[in-house]
Amino acid sequence: MSAPSTGGASRDGYGAALLEIAHDSRVVVLEADLGKSTKSCFFREKYPERTISLGIAEQNMMLVAAGLASCGKVPFASTFAIFSERAFEQVRNGIARPGLTVHICGSHGGIHTGTDGSSAQSIEDLALYRTIPGMTVMHPCDDLSARHLTTALLNHDSPSYTRTARNKTPRMYDEDTVNSLEIGKGSILRSGSNVAIIANGVMVHKAMKAAEDLSTRGIDATVVDMHTLKPLDTELLDRLATECSGIVTVEDHSVIAGLGSAVAEHLSQTNPTKIKMLGVQDRFGESGGSEELLEMVGLTSEAIIAASESLV
Amino acid sequence: MEEKLGNHQEPITEPRIVSAEPIPLNELNERAKRCRRSIVDMVHKAGAGHPGGSLSAIDLLVGLYSTQMSVSPDDANNGDRDRFVMSKGHASPAVYSILHEMGFLSQSDLDGFRTMGSVCQGHVDMKWTNGVDFSAGSLGMGLSFGLGCAFAARLNEQEFHTWVMIGDGETQEGQIWEAFMAASYHDIQNLHVIVDRNRIQNDDFVDVQMEIGDIANKINSFGWSVKEIDGHNMEHVVDALSWAANTPGPNAIVAHTVKGKGVSFMEDNPSFHGKAPTDEELSQALEELA
Repeated sequence: MSAPSTGGASRDGYGAALLEIAHDSRVVVLEADLGKSTKSCFFREKYPERTISLGIAEQNMMLVAAGLASCGKVPFASTFAIFSERAFEQVRNGIARPGLTVHICGSHGGIHTGTDGSSAQSIEDLALYRTIPGMTVMHPCDDLSARHLTTALLNHDSPSYTRTARNKTPRMYDEDTVNSLEIGKGSILRSGSNVAIIANGVMVHKAMKAAEDLSTRGIDATVVDMHTLKPLDTELLDRLATECSGIVTVEDHSVIAGLGSAVAEHLSQTNPTKIKMLGVQDRFGESGGSEELLEMVGLTSEAIIAASESLV
Repeated sequence: MEEKLGNHQEPITEPRIVSAEPIPLNELNERAKRCRRSIVDMVHKAGAGHPGGSLSAIDLLVGLYSTQMSVSPDDANNGDRDRFVMSKGHASPAVYSILHEMGFLSQSDLDGFRTMGSVCQGHVDMKWTNGVDFSAGSLGMGLSFGLGCAFAARLNEQEFHTWVMIGDGETQEGQIWEAFMAASYHDIQNLHVIVDRNRIQNDDFVDVQMEIGDIANKINSFGWSVKEIDGHNMEHVVDALSWAANTPGPNAIVAHTVKGKGVSFMEDNPSFHGKAPTDEELSQALEELA
C-alpha cells in the first residue's frame, strides 16, 4: 500500500470524522471536559446545540448517551481511554446490555501517551470492552483510518468503543487507500509468506518498518493492520495461519486479553499456530517520551524482527 | 425499536381501563390494592423478589400511570410517548403490576416472573418487556438515562415527559448527583424525579447504612424544584404529579413512604426488602389486602 507519510494523530481523525457525519441530525456529541484533547472540540465549535457538556462525570455521560440512543439519537461520547474505564459498568449494564447504539471514543490510549505518566496510560481498555457481548472494539493506526472508521460508525448498529492515540504516527493510508477499510476486516498492508505480523494502533508503522528490514534478511512478512479487535477477522486469521509459519502480534496494550489474546483464542481452536505476543508485559508505565516508553516495555521494530525470526 | 426478547405466555385478553375522564381517588386506591395483591403474589410464586420497595412505590406508580403517562400497549414504541425510567429496578413487581393494569402484560406474564424466557425479568429490562423504557438493576444509573431522554426530546422538539423513580438508598451513588447537577445546568424541561423515600435499603435502615439527611433540600440545592408529600395519600400523589408536570425546569417529588406498605408484617421491616413471603405469609398478606 501507500508509503508512510506524516499525518495527524488518530484522535485528529476522530475529530474530523465527527464533522463529516454532522450532516446527520441524529448525531449528538458528548464531552466530559476533554473535548480539546479528544478533538470533539471542532464539532462543538460548529454545532454547539448538539454538543452536550457533562463536566468531569463519565458515569453520567455514558447513561445520558444511552438515554439519547433509546430515543433515536446516535451519540458519540468521548473522554480519555482510561477515564472511560471508570464507567465500565455503566457501559456494560446501561449501554451494551440493552443493545443501545452508543459510540464511545477513548483517546490517549496506551503507554505511547507519554509524559502524563502511568495514570493516563490505559493499557487495559481494549481488553475490558472486548469482554462485553455485542460491543464493537476498534483501534485505528493513523488519523485517516480513524476518520474513515469513525465515519463508518454512523451506520453501525451496535455499541462501539474506539481507542485513539494522543501522538502522531506515520500515516499507513492515503485519501484513496483508506476507503477500502471496513469495520471487522483486517487490512493487509504488505504480503509475505514466511511470517505474519498482526498489529494495531501506534504499533502498525513499527510492524511495517520491521517487515522492510526483515525482507533484507530474506524473510517475507505479511503485515496486518487489525484495526478491529471485535468482531475479529477470523477468516483472515485462518488464512494467515495456514500460509505462514507463525504469527507475531504487536500492541501498545497489556498482553493480557488484548489483540494477541484475541488472535490466540481463535487460532487455538481452529489452526493451532506458533504465536509471539508483543505488548506491555503486565506492568504500569511511567512518565517519559513515547518512543522511550515503548522501548522500555520492549515495543520496538527490533523486537518485532527478533520475534519474527524466531518463528521462521 | 426492535422486538422485545420476553415471551408472552398467551395473548393479553384481560379488559383494561381506558378513561378520558379523571379517575376518582377511590378507584385509584382500588387499583393500587389490586397491584399490591399482584406484587405479593408474584414474589411468592417466584420464591424471590423485592416486595418491600414495590409496595412503597406502588401508590406513586398508580397515580403516575393513571393521571400522567401517555402510553398505550397498542403503540408501545411510539416515539412521542412519555417515558418512565424505573431506576430502582428491583421494584420490578410494582412496574409489572401497573403494566398489567394498563394492558401491557397478562396475568400469565406476571405468573412467569423471574422464570426463564419470561417477559417479566428479575429487574426491569427494556430489552425484554413492552412498556419498559430502561434496563435497570444497577442502582444510580436511571436519572442519567432519563436525562438523556429529556435531551433527546429537546433536540427533536418533542413534548414528551420523562419520569424517573429513584430509591432513597440509591442516592448514595455519586452518579445520581452528577445527573442532578447536569439537568439543572442544562435547564432541562419535562424531566421529573420521584424519590421513594422508604428509609430502608438492602442491609438495614438508610440511616444506619449511610444517612442521606434532608434529601429534598439537597436536591433543591442542585437547582431543582422539590415538593415533599406523603407517598401513600393518593390525593397528594395526584396533585404533586400534576404540579411536577406543570412546573418549569427539572423538578422532584420526595415521597415519604413506608417500605412494605399495606402488609402489616412487611411494613418498615428491612428483612422484606428482598425476600419472598411463605405460603402462610402470603395468605395473611392477601387477607389484609382484600
